[in-house]
Amino acid sequence: MRPATLRVGMSTCGLAAGAGAAHRALTREIALRELPLRLEGTGCLGACHREPLVEVLDGAGAVLYGPITEEAVGPLLDHLSGAGAPVPEDRVVSRRGDRSDYPFLGRQQKLTTQLCGVIDPHSLDAYLAHGGYEALRQARRTPPEQVVEAVKASRLRGRGGAGFPTGAKWEISRAQRRRPKYVVCNADEGDPGAFMDRTLIEGDPHRVIEGMLIGAWATGATGAYVYIRAEYPLAVAALQEAIGQARELGVVGRDVFGTGTPFEIVVKEGAGAFVCGEETALMRSIEGHRGMPTMRPPYPSEHGLWGHPTTINNVETFAAVPSIMLEGPGWFAAMGTERCGGTKAFALAGAIERSGLVEVPMGMTLREMVYEIGGGCRGGRAFKAVQLGGPSGGCVPAGLLDTRIDYEDLRATGAIMGSGGMVVADETNCMVDLARFFLAFTQDESCGKCVPCRVGARKMLDLLTAATQGRAAPGDLRRLESLCRTVEAASLCGLGQTAPNPVRTTLRYFPEEYAAHMEERRCPAGVCPMSGGQEAA
Amino acid sequence: MSFDSSAPADAGPRERPRLRKFAYRGDPLAEPPPPELSEIISRHRGERDGLITVLEEIQRRFGYLGERQLRYVARDLGFPLARIYGVVTFYNWFLLTPPGLHQVKVCRGTACHVNGSALILDRLIAELAIGVDETTPDGRLTLQTVACVGACSLAAVVVVGSDTYGRMSPEEALRTLAALPGGDGDSG
Ligand SMILES: Cc1cc2nc3c(=O)[nH]c(=O)nc-3n(C[C@H](O)[C@H](O)[C@H](O)COP(=O)(O)O)c2cc1C
Ligand code: FES
Repeated sequence: MRPATLRVGMSTCGLAAGAGAAHRALTREIALRELPLRLEGTGCLGACHREPLVEVLDGAGAVLYGPITEEAVGPLLDHLSGAGAPVPEDRVVSRRGDRSDYPFLGRQQKLTTQLCGVIDPHSLDAYLAHGGYEALRQARRTPPEQVVEAVKASRLRGRGGAGFPTGAKWEISRAQRRRPKYVVCNADEGDPGAFMDRTLIEGDPHRVIEGMLIGAWATGATGAYVYIRAEYPLAVAALQEAIGQARELGVVGRDVFGTGTPFEIVVKEGAGAFVCGEETALMRSIEGHRGMPTMRPPYPSEHGLWGHPTTINNVETFAAVPSIMLEGPGWFAAMGTERCGGTKAFALAGAIERSGLVEVPMGMTLREMVYEIGGGCRGGRAFKAVQLGGPSGGCVPAGLLDTRIDYEDLRATGAIMGSGGMVVADETNCMVDLARFFLAFTQDESCGKCVPCRVGARKMLDLLTAATQGRAAPGDLRRLESLCRTVEAASLCGLGQTAPNPVRTTLRYFPEEYAAHMEERRCPAGVCPMSGGQEAA
Repeated sequence: MSFDSSAPADAGPRERPRLRKFAYRGDPLAEPPPPELSEIISRHRGERDGLITVLEEIQRRFGYLGERQLRYVARDLGFPLARIYGVVTFYNWFLLTPPGLHQVKVCRGTACHVNGSALILDRLIAELAIGVDETTPDGRLTLQTVACVGACSLAAVVVVGSDTYGRMSPEEALRTLAALPGGDGDSG
């Protein structure tokens, strides 16, 4: 048989689907049968719905198999050694290197996630072999002002949700005189239903580190933090290991690039508070306090950690930077829309046929995303809505699926781009229940500092709970709408200001569901326990 | 200290664990702290951003944050105990009481919700006869919720200890729990 390399996806998603057992079985069987196969662990290719994934690369091509659970390992190896029957078609994902025979992968344009599922994330050499840290070297030969200009010209906008132009943010930070000056990578990924940052860090941690180091060079920072959630133990470990390797390489540590200047990246683990994804709360948390947001301005770029200039960007924002350096800002900008350059990664999940991590150019329509990439709703059920941006975002109904993925276009629907969570709801999901779900989340995660959010979100939740239990009083709908306006206008930070979004968009696009719950005391999808907590008839 | 399970599964008001009222019994910290604790504390002494990291390390080592440990941290890092208690109660991840042998976390993120995680939680609450953030009387299981572990493609997800189980249904979740060591399904 031909020698080959087998890559097994060993990210959190792969492991949850049984990749650990499959990997052990492969190791054992390959040794036992003395096959000329090399086994590699890698990150997530994105096709999480077919996990555990095994890619087989021999000189001739790359065939992607999945799901290859423990039981499927024997038959796969039989087939590879030319002995057994071919692997059943439903366990073959793709036979072509460009994946054009599998639209979920073939229709994507991978930029920040290009090495996820390709390289061994524990190996610095693998990253270096793919041009790793070349962008940083190049940046350090360029005056910082020009690096900032390049990022501006690339039209890169913050991927953490708000879409603030990254170049403009760096320019403000650059102009600050005070030292020390920090860069912070926001890897809190609080949106429940999103896993872009986790995939990136688990699959290609050095890209994020390289992006941060370029950001530090451009802004003149003297130290860095990564704030990452403790719910992602594998990502934390991958990041710490990669920072250690970067230290050996000499790009961080006491003496970077032999210049005699120190630069350290400190990993801080978030302890499970959604609000700590908000930048001012995040800084309070790094400082060792309760993660309460503060008023902006002053913005962190001017007045951040311990009062010092601090540039905060999302994981994906930093991960896009090395490609901008290497391929040029024009190339990056050309991939996106007129207002926003590049690609965006989305976590496609929920009631969708093919879920996973999807990276596409800005400007693709939601319809292409849901139907061509995602394959429509699971089990052939009817699509109802797609929720973007999690608890801060809103839903987009079937009628608006031709909306382009672009900050402004999405905002026009009432939803937001958000950080990339994209959860699909089908006809069996109830939109009032979904709104209540998000309110329960924001209400619980409200830090309690400002009254509109602390009390307003509670009141909204009470109204929605009453509606889902068939206890709505006359006038509740009006009260709900009015509360939406108050909480949105008067809250201190983004958590409260955006908390009404899920309610607003469901009210706007699914008024008949609210009417059914509140007036007829009936849940059309049969999800809500109407009649005061009893099961619906 | 985790978010609302969902109204139908009303598990009653959640009790926040509290530190017991302090009755004076001599200096509770007269003895030196156990070496593992003082090692963690001294490694971060003088770091102005060290408090949460210290607490995280203590919880990883001891499983939870006990009153004596917090008092040692307060004394040796020079923070008021109230400030430390404030931090500990702000973050969902910290525990003030010892958890059971296995920490079972039902994901209540959006993707898991859309795939029926409320039913899993309801079922576990009913079968284990405990509420969220409570431990079974035999000390075997602690039931918790988590707001997404990033394995959303495999919703609904249940995390037990450091293992993530995907594509769960209420029945599958119960089977998984029964098969854990120290339980009915344990052959050994
Ligand atoms: C309630 C709330 C939660 C947030 N959570 C996150 C998060 O988990 N990750 C993130 O990158 N940004 C989050 N943000 C946005 C950050 O405040 C900030 O805008 C972002 O980190 C800036 O980086 P960017 O410009 O690269 O997007 C959140 C904002 C709010 C209001
Ligand atoms: S929503 Fe459950 S893992 Fe993300």
